[in-house]
Amino acid sequence: MPLFEALLELADDHVVLGHRVSEWCGHAPMLEEDLAMPNMALDLIGTARTLYEYAGKVEGQGRGEDDLAYLRGEREYRNCLLVERRNGDFAQTMLRQLYFAAFMEPYWTAAADSADETIRGVAGKAVKEMAYHIRHAGEWVIRLGDGTGESARRMAEAVENLHLYTDELFEAGSAADVDVLPDRAALRPAWEATIDHIFGEAGLSRPVIPHPQTGGRNGVHGEDLGHMLAVMQSTHRAHPGATW
Amino acid sequence: MANEMPLWEVFIRPRNGLSHKHCGSIHAADEVMALQAARDVYTRRGEGNSIWVVLSSAITASDPDQAGENFEPGEKIYRHPTFYEIPEEVGNM
Repeated sequence: MPLFEALLELADDHVVLGHRVSEWCGHAPMLEEDLAMPNMALDLIGTARTLYEYAGKVEGQGRGEDDLAYLRGEREYRNCLLVERRNGDFAQTMLRQLYFAAFMEPYWTAAADSADETIRGVAGKAVKEMAYHIRHAGEWVIRLGDGTGESARRMAEAVENLHLYTDELFEAGSAADVDVLPDRAALRPAWEATIDHIFGEAGLSRPVIPHPQTGGRNGVHGEDLGHMLAVMQSTHRAHPGATW
Repeated sequence: MANEMPLWEVFIRPRNGLSHKHCGSIHAADEVMALQAARDVYTRRGEGNSIWVVLSSAITASDPDQAGENFEPGEKIYRHPTFYEIPEEVGNM
């Protein structure tokens, strides 16, 4: 069922990154960011909920958003590796956000013309959110890259740590035969243009990666994802069906 | 970190046709970041459609010690426009 699998990939990307960003709640360097990051996390989790709900309907086995988010193990998760990377420092968190949003913004723009009504609905809302995430994370990348000696060093390290995970964004995955979702490979020029523009102002350069890391779409993840899911899923697993 | 960043006053306009109203302050490194912080802190629930930010240090405020001479006009009742009759045909003004 290619549409179900493709929706899961998309939903998993959003819930995993949403959870990662939410880990900053209460720990951000200043109150302003302590509100901005949960705002962004909730944007992502909101999108994930709609996508899981729809995936459950497409599958037709009676599984809902909670079943799909909380009762699948690490090997069943289909998110790309980029979104599961640990928060690291503020530079790494902001760069990860920029890399993802710079991909999703053109993705949802393209999805706004989808023949599928639910996809169009998600796209209409998400495209504005992703535009804001690009702006927010991008401004930080510029200021850290072009800031003090320490901030520039941390930003350059973040590029080194994360860039090798960006190629996976453009893999077709399960969406290869799904015509209601955008062609991911076709979004590369738009993504590169956004990154190059911001890197230009930040004094960073986009590295060439000879051996990109992939595997997330096949359920092959880094060890960090299991730890993250253990925390994220613990309440639901301890109290199945709990509501609040 | 917040100590290294200047303070900005935030003004939000709730709707077209109304004026911007002061709603609080935020820390940010520059005006672009200040607008973003203001958006994240003060417009999460659809509070407005326009934001102004201004450096707190750019505001000149009245001296509280001069409150008497500034704000207590005393018995100058002639400053209130209540000394003429409005003809009934005019209706509400």
